[in-house]
Amino acid sequence: MSAREIRVVYRKEVTEMLRDRRTLISMVALPLLLFPVMVLGIGSLATSLMGNAKKEVPVVMVAGGEDSPRLMATLHDSDEFRFEPAQPDFQTQVSEKKIRAAVVVPPGFDAAEQSGAPQTITIDYYEGDVNSSLAADKLEKYFDKLRDDTVKQRLEARQVSVAVLEPFKVEQKNVAPPEKVAGATLGGIIPYLVIIMCFTGAMYPAMDLTAGEKERGTLETLLCSPVSRTDLVLGKYLTVLTASLTSAVLAVTSMGISFYYGQNVFNSGLEAGEAPMHLQIGLRAAMAVLLMGLPLSMFFSALLLAVSLFAKSFREADSYKTPLTFAIVIPAVVSMLPGIDLNARTAMIPVLGTSLVGKELVSGTYHWGYIALIFGMSCVYAAVAIAVTIVLFNREEVLFRV
Amino acid sequence: MIDARELRKVFPGSGKRGSVEAVRGLSFRCRPGAIYGLLGANGAGKTTTLRMLATILQVTSGTATVAGFDIVDEPEKVRARVGFLSTATALYARLTAREMVEYFGRLNGLEGDALKRSVDNLFAALAMNEFSGRACDKLSTGQKQKVSIARTLVHDPEVMIFDEPTIGLDVMTSRAIVRFIRDCRDRGKTVLFSTHVMREVEKLCDHIGILHGGRLLAEGTLEELRGRYGENDLEEIFVKVVGGEQ
Repeated sequence: MSAREIRVVYRKEVTEMLRDRRTLISMVALPLLLFPVMVLGIGSLATSLMGNAKKEVPVVMVAGGEDSPRLMATLHDSDEFRFEPAQPDFQTQVSEKKIRAAVVVPPGFDAAEQSGAPQTITIDYYEGDVNSSLAADKLEKYFDKLRDDTVKQRLEARQVSVAVLEPFKVEQKNVAPPEKVAGATLGGIIPYLVIIMCFTGAMYPAMDLTAGEKERGTLETLLCSPVSRTDLVLGKYLTVLTASLTSAVLAVTSMGISFYYGQNVFNSGLEAGEAPMHLQIGLRAAMAVLLMGLPLSMFFSALLLAVSLFAKSFREADSYKTPLTFAIVIPAVVSMLPGIDLNARTAMIPVLGTSLVGKELVSGTYHWGYIALIFGMSCVYAAVAIAVTIVLFNREEVLFRV
Repeated sequence: MIDARELRKVFPGSGKRGSVEAVRGLSFRCRPGAIYGLLGANGAGKTTTLRMLATILQVTSGTATVAGFDIVDEPEKVRARVGFLSTATALYARLTAREMVEYFGRLNGLEGDALKRSVDNLFAALAMNEFSGRACDKLSTGQKQKVSIARTLVHDPEVMIFDEPTIGLDVMTSRAIVRFIRDCRDRGKTVLFSTHVMREVEKLCDHIGILHGGRLLAEGTLEELRGRYGENDLEEIFVKVVGGEQ
């Protein structure tokens, strides 16, 4: 093995890589643009749509209540809703989104209210439809207030203080620092995205440097040189690793900036009393996730290089991309499921272990034993994958596969 | 000098395809300052033979010494002394002509002034300065061929191996290649050349080997072959040699 020859190959491969549009898109443009678009773009859109939905005066139908003029008068005095004349198919109209919700008033509501007999008002809505759910919430709050006012009036009539209803108050107070709150909120998603970026960043360079070279006929040119095949593989491998790590670093930087500004966008749409969202990731957590991504990047780079080397054309290598992506995405997604915890067994599974420990790191918990185990195992997987790539690069039936 | 002894290559079969013995015990010798032409139809085993001698493929059995080094035991030393050119050895599209030649100079151990001198000389000799900064995928076929030639010569190899170097090229580019091959011989290099174009063999080769089915069926100078087979035209000689085998 010669460091000089590896450096010569690496320098040339990096020069070519930086001139390849596809690689630049997957290595630089995608990680830089994905997060601002996702967090700021989609976030702003969602906030704006939610704001509009909240401001809307929902169209509501009241079924029944003909014998309860007092309730009906109170309802119609409200400017929070726009009431449509009652029709027998009001439930169908809710399902077909013609009206946002319907209020079903039981017979004899006014009379029962006067006598103190318990009554139930039903709100029909379309679950899953944001506008309908918001209208139902608004109606529920309206009736809660109406009920509280009724109770208040009755207590006052009996000269009893309203305070009897509320002998003490209960309040929730967050004591965790914002970074930890953000860690808990984003714990699953950050390692997942870093893993995906490590993988996608390595994908095109790996294909270009192996199957692409075979297809273009430059591999045979390269094999004419006196450089050992191990040095050729290592030069190419370091190039793919550079792309993978660049992609991951850019992704984390872009993610940090996007979440910082995204937090302001999300919180600008909050109403009084709503808890603000914390999305700031600490620098230490970001660095820790990146560090855990390093051996995984090493593994992905070698794996992609080996698989692409086996392919006889860029197209064939491209067809291996989808199953490989699934193989990476599935353990990363599994790590986000409730009940999947970090333990000695899950730590040994490639991708899953890194994803689980990444989740802990983002929320500021450092299980040093698992961190060492996962880091070590990922290094072992990477070393095996590199060894396989070197073996393949020495097999002419792979290099000259037709 | 190239000294091939009982070279044999078997490609293992895969799936329904059985194994193929592409080269069957080939022995021949090429001297410095001479051109040895391997003449054969498609599938005769020419490319496999040349790839084995350039150590791109491994031999199944037999061996050869190239510039004094054994192709089995010292493949990297052999490659450092060989310039291999074929239509299959393409250029890196995103490198410029100069970067391409410099890269192969570095792969062959050249650095600094030695590299610069070698590249400058080649670019001047082959009139390549005009397009030295242009990306290889933007070059004409003739310009690409010049870059390939410069790539094979940058480390001044003792042995030149050409695998059907004129296939698919226009007349002018083919003539330039033929001139270049002759030039290599005149500079004392050992030249091994494969083709199925009879005219090129007649024009260039000092020694001819007729290859068919992986075997060397006839060998000698053009005059010796004419005398042995009683034919003046090389094509007729080739048909007689190959037909006899069939």
